[in-house]
Amino acid sequence: MSDLTPSPSGLRAFVGNLAAAPRRFLESAFRTGMPRTDRTRSTFVFGNVFLHLHSVRTHRWSLRWSTTFGLGLAAAAAFLVTLVTGVLLMCYYKPYPEAAYQSMKDIHFVVPTGRFIRNLHRWAANVMVVTVFLHMARVFYTAAYRKPREFNWLVGLGLLAITLGLSFTGYLLPWDQLAYWAITIGANIAQSPRELTDALGVTGSFDPGGLQRQLLLGSDVVGEEALIRFYVLHVMVLPLLLVILLAVHFWRVRKDGGLARPADADRRIGPPPPDTYPVFTEAPTRTYHLAAVVRGRTEMVGRGPENTVPSMPHLFYAELGVLMVTTLLCLALAMVSDAPLKELANPMVPENPAKAPWYFLGLQELVSFSAFMGGIGIPMIALIGLGLIPYVDTEDRGTGLWFSGSSGHGLVVQATLVGLGAAIGIEAVAIRFGWLREWFPDIPQLVITFINPGTSLAVIYGLFSIWLVLRHRSARAGAVGLFTCFLCGFVVLTLIGTYFRGPNWAFYWSPSDWPRH
Amino acid sequence: MNTERSSAPSRLDPEPMARRDFLGLASIWSALGALAFAAIGMIRLPKAAVLSSPSKKFRVKLPESLVFGQAYVPPGRSVAVFRDAEGAYAISLVCTHLGCIVKCGDDGFECPCHGSRFSADGGVLKGPAPKPLPWRQVAVTSAGIVVDDAVTVPAGTKVKA
Repeated sequence: MSDLTPSPSGLRAFVGNLAAAPRRFLESAFRTGMPRTDRTRSTFVFGNVFLHLHSVRTHRWSLRWSTTFGLGLAAAAAFLVTLVTGVLLMCYYKPYPEAAYQSMKDIHFVVPTGRFIRNLHRWAANVMVVTVFLHMARVFYTAAYRKPREFNWLVGLGLLAITLGLSFTGYLLPWDQLAYWAITIGANIAQSPRELTDALGVTGSFDPGGLQRQLLLGSDVVGEEALIRFYVLHVMVLPLLLVILLAVHFWRVRKDGGLARPADADRRIGPPPPDTYPVFTEAPTRTYHLAAVVRGRTEMVGRGPENTVPSMPHLFYAELGVLMVTTLLCLALAMVSDAPLKELANPMVPENPAKAPWYFLGLQELVSFSAFMGGIGIPMIALIGLGLIPYVDTEDRGTGLWFSGSSGHGLVVQATLVGLGAAIGIEAVAIRFGWLREWFPDIPQLVITFINPGTSLAVIYGLFSIWLVLRHRSARAGAVGLFTCFLCGFVVLTLIGTYFRGPNWAFYWSPSDWPRH
Repeated sequence: MNTERSSAPSRLDPEPMARRDFLGLASIWSALGALAFAAIGMIRLPKAAVLSSPSKKFRVKLPESLVFGQAYVPPGRSVAVFRDAEGAYAISLVCTHLGCIVKCGDDGFECPCHGSRFSADGGVLKGPAPKPLPWRQVAVTSAGIVVDDAVTVPAGTKVKA
């Protein structure tokens, strides 16, 4: 008890502790001090819950700008921006038909910074879609999906699908004309397996299309049930799924051995420049071999000095740079361009033309030939094809190199020409001369479902890729051909849908030619 | 210790599958089965049993001035009602392609979304629509014409007053 008697020294200690509290708080939060030595640079990474996803040292190949262009991280950064701005928008948004539109107007005209935050949300979503596609192209063209990274390629495809799902569900929420009719079309695409079941005459007993549409809309029209469902998907279900898959995606990047690099990366990249933070300043005098513990081969055995640098600061500063540039890009776009808000949704009068967001206009071009094949059939074939790529291509030449090294450039150019040529050619025929329905008005629908400009394009691309496989005796050549054609087709169809389609989905060289009404 | 093997199974012989393995596998599979069952049950909830859309059956009073073969679209409905010498009839205005509302022209219907064109009796002339516009059931009563937008009748069914 005598310990508790007040004494001048006790008070002094208390004041001293109080004064030291900020410093000791920092010490307790960042347990290992400033990252100045090899040891503290390492503990900086694995002693931090957010950073320990990274490895302590990063190969210099992974840090080259041209290895990734930072695209994957840019997509994640754009997602973070949508997350923050989305939560802010939820303060005012009300998911009920008329109220939704009014709250959008409030956000646009009344809420302080509301218009800017909404612009930012919309532009970050756009940036995310673009960077996700570019990231996929990067991984494909550097053949970074190969063993042991096959599974992560599939996780990436899942992330692509969720990204597009988030965009689609977000598109309905403003409840304006654009939103209403884009979602009506989208919901009917979900119902389009009926095109097949109707033609076969089994819709009465087997109707997956109707079930899909009803689960999506909760009704037989786009109404309040549809809005609340899209809202729940947009703010809860899909973001949660995205975060879970994203965690798996990042974790697998690390577990699969970091970014893919060619076997001779060390030779290609040469010795580090003299001003780089030196490799292993405190070189260990003994090496400890963990062969008994680590499964598989240990990569460093029999190699020269590692060509790695500490992740802190090299990797983290690069990542910080990508985060800042992406945010800056979103900010700049949000400042110069407002997100659109048309008049209140009117279920009686369709918007003309009713256009989905730009990244779905390629699909909309395809559904203008056949709802089922364009909206479900061809996208499913594309997704399955993309998912099969890492399991079909088991070669190892050119992993980690753009286009598998300079010898692959010709192949990509050739595939680009075929991809663009076929897409533009088929579109030109369909626009100039129409298609089977115009030539033979009584033709059964089943024929058009399976033979239309969209499916013809897919078949041409498929045959071209098979020819490439046979000619080059390489599955990778076929995959490059198919993927390049797929990208070219996507770009051509999206451009036509965006810039050259006007009222009644007719072809116009420019919006200034659209008829006035 | 008896080393001689008898042909009758002994309780000391190893079982074909260890009892604990069997119990473990059985419990895992029954848990997975229960999960699958629960997942199917969860789809039942979002599939609405009652649709909230307004009644599909409604009464129409055709204006006296309506010319034969000219479309009359009741406000808030996506059905065109016609009258000619053979009687009254109704054609749905929901495009069979992707559900946009088609516009009534002079000699047929036009869809603004993907350019489908239909003849005056709903047949497909052009574009991606897979089916003709369906004709709807019409009943002529003393109180006026009653249209049921949920019941399809064969094309050409006209009802005399």
